[in-house]
Amino acid sequence: MNPVNYLYLAALLFAIGATGVLIRRNAIVVFMCIELMLNACNLAFVAFSRMHGNLDGQIIAFFTMVVAAAEVVVGLAIIVSLFRSRHSASVDDASLMKL
Amino acid sequence: MTQLAAYTTSTGEAVQFWVLGTVAVIGALCTILMKKAVHSALCLAGTMIVLAVFYLANGAYFLGIVQIVVYTGAIMMLFLFVVMLVGVTAADSLKETIKGQRWLALLCGLGFAVLLFAGIGNASVTQFNGLGKANAGGNVEGLAALIFTKYVFAFEITGALLITATVGAMVLTHRERTERAKTQRERSEERVRAGKHLPPLPAPGVYARHNAVDIAGLLPDGTPSELTVNKTLRERGQIRDVSTEALDDLRALEQRSADRLERPDLRGTDIGRTEEASK
Amino acid sequence: MENLIALLVAAPLLGAAVLLCGGRALDRAGHWLGTLLAAASFVIAVVLFTDMLGKGAEERTLSQHLFSWIPVEGFQADVAFQLDQLSMTFVLLISGVGTLIHVYSIGYMEHDERRRRFFGYLNLFLAAMLLLVLADNYLLLYVGWEGVGLASYLLIGFWQHKPSAATAAKKAFLVNRVGDVGLSIAIMLMFTTFGTFAFGPVLEATGQTSEGKLTAIGLMLLLAACGKSAQVPLQSWLGDAMEGPTPVSALIHAATMVTAGVYLIVRSGAIFNGAPDAQLVVTIVGAVTLLFGAIVGCAKDDIKKALAGSTMSQIGYMILAAGLGPIGYVFAIMHLVTHGFFKAGLFLGAGSVMHGMNDEVDMRKYGGLRKYMPVTFVTFGLGYLAIIGFPGLSGFFSKDKIIEAAFAKGGTEGWLLGSVALLGAAITAYYMTRVMIMTFFGDKRWQPDADGHAPHPHESPKSMTIPMIVLAFGSVFAGGFFSIGDRFMHWLEPVTRHDHGNSPLSAATVTGATMVVLVIGVALAYVQYGRRPVPVTAPRGSLLTRAARRDLLQDDFNHVVLVRGGEHLTRSLVYVDHSLVDGVVNGTAASMGGLSGRLRKLQNGYARSYAVSMFGGAAVLIAATLLMRAV
Repeated sequence: MNPVNYLYLAALLFAIGATGVLIRRNAIVVFMCIELMLNACNLAFVAFSRMHGNLDGQIIAFFTMVVAAAEVVVGLAIIVSLFRSRHSASVDDASLMKL
Repeated sequence: MTQLAAYTTSTGEAVQFWVLGTVAVIGALCTILMKKAVHSALCLAGTMIVLAVFYLANGAYFLGIVQIVVYTGAIMMLFLFVVMLVGVTAADSLKETIKGQRWLALLCGLGFAVLLFAGIGNASVTQFNGLGKANAGGNVEGLAALIFTKYVFAFEITGALLITATVGAMVLTHRERTERAKTQRERSEERVRAGKHLPPLPAPGVYARHNAVDIAGLLPDGTPSELTVNKTLRERGQIRDVSTEALDDLRALEQRSADRLERPDLRGTDIGRTEEASK
Repeated sequence: MENLIALLVAAPLLGAAVLLCGGRALDRAGHWLGTLLAAASFVIAVVLFTDMLGKGAEERTLSQHLFSWIPVEGFQADVAFQLDQLSMTFVLLISGVGTLIHVYSIGYMEHDERRRRFFGYLNLFLAAMLLLVLADNYLLLYVGWEGVGLASYLLIGFWQHKPSAATAAKKAFLVNRVGDVGLSIAIMLMFTTFGTFAFGPVLEATGQTSEGKLTAIGLMLLLAACGKSAQVPLQSWLGDAMEGPTPVSALIHAATMVTAGVYLIVRSGAIFNGAPDAQLVVTIVGAVTLLFGAIVGCAKDDIKKALAGSTMSQIGYMILAAGLGPIGYVFAIMHLVTHGFFKAGLFLGAGSVMHGMNDEVDMRKYGGLRKYMPVTFVTFGLGYLAIIGFPGLSGFFSKDKIIEAAFAKGGTEGWLLGSVALLGAAITAYYMTRVMIMTFFGDKRWQPDADGHAPHPHESPKSMTIPMIVLAFGSVFAGGFFSIGDRFMHWLEPVTRHDHGNSPLSAATVTGATMVVLVIGVALAYVQYGRRPVPVTAPRGSLLTRAARRDLLQDDFNHVVLVRGGEHLTRSLVYVDHSLVDGVVNGTAASMGGLSGRLRKLQNGYARSYAVSMFGGAAVLIAATLLMRAV
């Protein structure tokens, strides 16, 4: 098998995640889709790492995980406070900027 | 095994890829298609575990373990906490409200997939070095050497980022009380002034059969009153309707008794239960 | 000696400052102070004059540099005075007549509670007028020019409680403003052409300047002169200016300020000499005004307005003479001086008559006054004889010379101008005789005024009669004194130069012709007004008479052409503004609004919609990158 297939898989997962971000209204699910996209990227990094024969790709994936963790913490806090003030986790309800 | 994964792709790995890759894609699709957030979260966790296996297969042992322990174990659990907080039973309506959004989203997703595929296909990835040399001194040691030398500043900055994120989360979720809490006396006076509900709100639960807090209490005329249920549950739409439950129970009982009556040969052994049920 | 020049201006200026700022405390002594300072100015002028007489003709010019006014590189404006023979003539006339009129005003304004203010304004006028004639550059002259305009405005509107006076003041101010614009443009042109506006350098440099530029400057100076001297087409304010107190009419609107235009043209003689076209326009303006004023003067029943028409006409003579170039400059100034005497005298006489007749100005309600106010009658009569050019009196000498000079211009132009001047002389004789007969001869046609007080004519007090007597002396002897031995010509020649021209007619012929038209004019007036009684209410009269009563429709012309025209212009501009300019602006705004209204729909407030655009944009960027790499 050609290891490039890992990259194709990563691309597919990324596209699925992106579509999910666009079609789902529940902020938590949208967030999960973003995590899915990040994981797809990580997979690509790991595959690249193996291809190039050095560990830099893994390091980047590691940092991505750390940043994702930080992002999840803040993002979920935002969702919680949003839910508190609006009693809803729908991203469409937070549309005060429209006319 | 370590050496093997580093520079070749064995048949075993190919099989593993096709099987688990299918599982991962199905998990991802389920993540975005499931109605309930909790199901999405579980599917995503499955996909992540599959990805962890792929990391291991690609020689990223440390990352594979971290993926399982930190990502799937900690972050996804955090998601589940929030899902519980927001309301685990609440199901999203899958009906699209923004005109053309779904088609545009599909178009974007497909376009992205096609573009990435085209990009990967066009890239000259003929060379395949394998991680054998890099992982020679052990994967964790190799990573550590890089993190604490070449990437030490990035590492420190991510530390700062994590601290900032923690503080940010606290700031966002912390609610400062800006005014004095009202005393019981003031609240009762307010109630009298508003003139809507002079007495305290009625208690939930139909004591004859249920005493759960998510069941609306019955008014004297027999109709359930939503007022009796906790405000949070009301807002989440988690009031359990038991108005038909009694009838359903009765129907089930009748069904069962009918079954029994059609099989008189068993009556002797189950006399006690029948009596109990007919009560 | 030079240091005295500034005092000429300073004395009345000080008077104006003290009187206008002093407040009521000066009410009792203010008029004496004002008169004293005017007299001081006259005394200084006489001292300077005697000093000047003691020098040779070419060394008589004095100059005094006071201070640098606007010392900018390339733009030097100084406050500096120049006193030459021309200025000296004016200074003597202004301060002399001015002092007499101050004295006259003491009596005339006796019962006016704002007399102190009146004297303040008179002093202000004297200061400004002296500054005008003493300035050694056009910019400082402009200051004086505006100063006399201001004083004229203040004095015409002195009885501001009368709406007619207030309106007349505004009218005078506005019409003068048109002329002032001409002067300011002329000064700017001078600065761009010569790089300076001091008299000396400018007038010396005219030889090296193109005729076109000189013509432009000349025409602008003429516009200024027209405004200040009430020449056609800016003549309409002078008649209304008679709303002011009579001493003001005598001093400002007869003897001095209105002659500033003549001064300006004569002073700028070098410019006009280099621009024959501008000179021609000057003569035309003078000739037209000469007839215009005379015709208006014939029809007016208001004694002051009849005299105002006469003033306009006489200044027309002066402008005409000034337009003739070196042939006429001297005579223009000579007529100006003699006119200053007899016209001031006539106005003071008119004021005296009004003083005795309950401020009645309608000559049809006078009649037979010679017995009641003999001094006024005699002085007025001498002024009358002087203005019509009775042989031996002032006007005879000065006007005769102008008519001669007009013929001496030569060619068709000379004949035309000479004939107009002769015709003017006949009309002058006619309307002045009319004024004389209607006022002092015939039956008494007095009528009680609006309050029912019957007039009881009486002679005016000494303070009023003495100035009249002095001016009458001037009217009688000035012309002869100036002309015998060509004294005046030799006096002014170093400044203005003189050219005899070549007249097709001998001096005796011209004088004879003048005498003939004089007699015809007087006889016509006698037949019309002396032989039969004058009706108290004016008869309807011919079309020309009715037009002349309305100042030959000058105001109607201004109203139709300027006011209506301006209104139409403004209205059409407003229309253009509303339809075109606003249309473009509003159209742009509306189209932007419409476009924004459509674009706004993209901003539906849903984060997911924005996310779609973001992903779409990212996809396009990636596609573009890949394509670029593929190419």
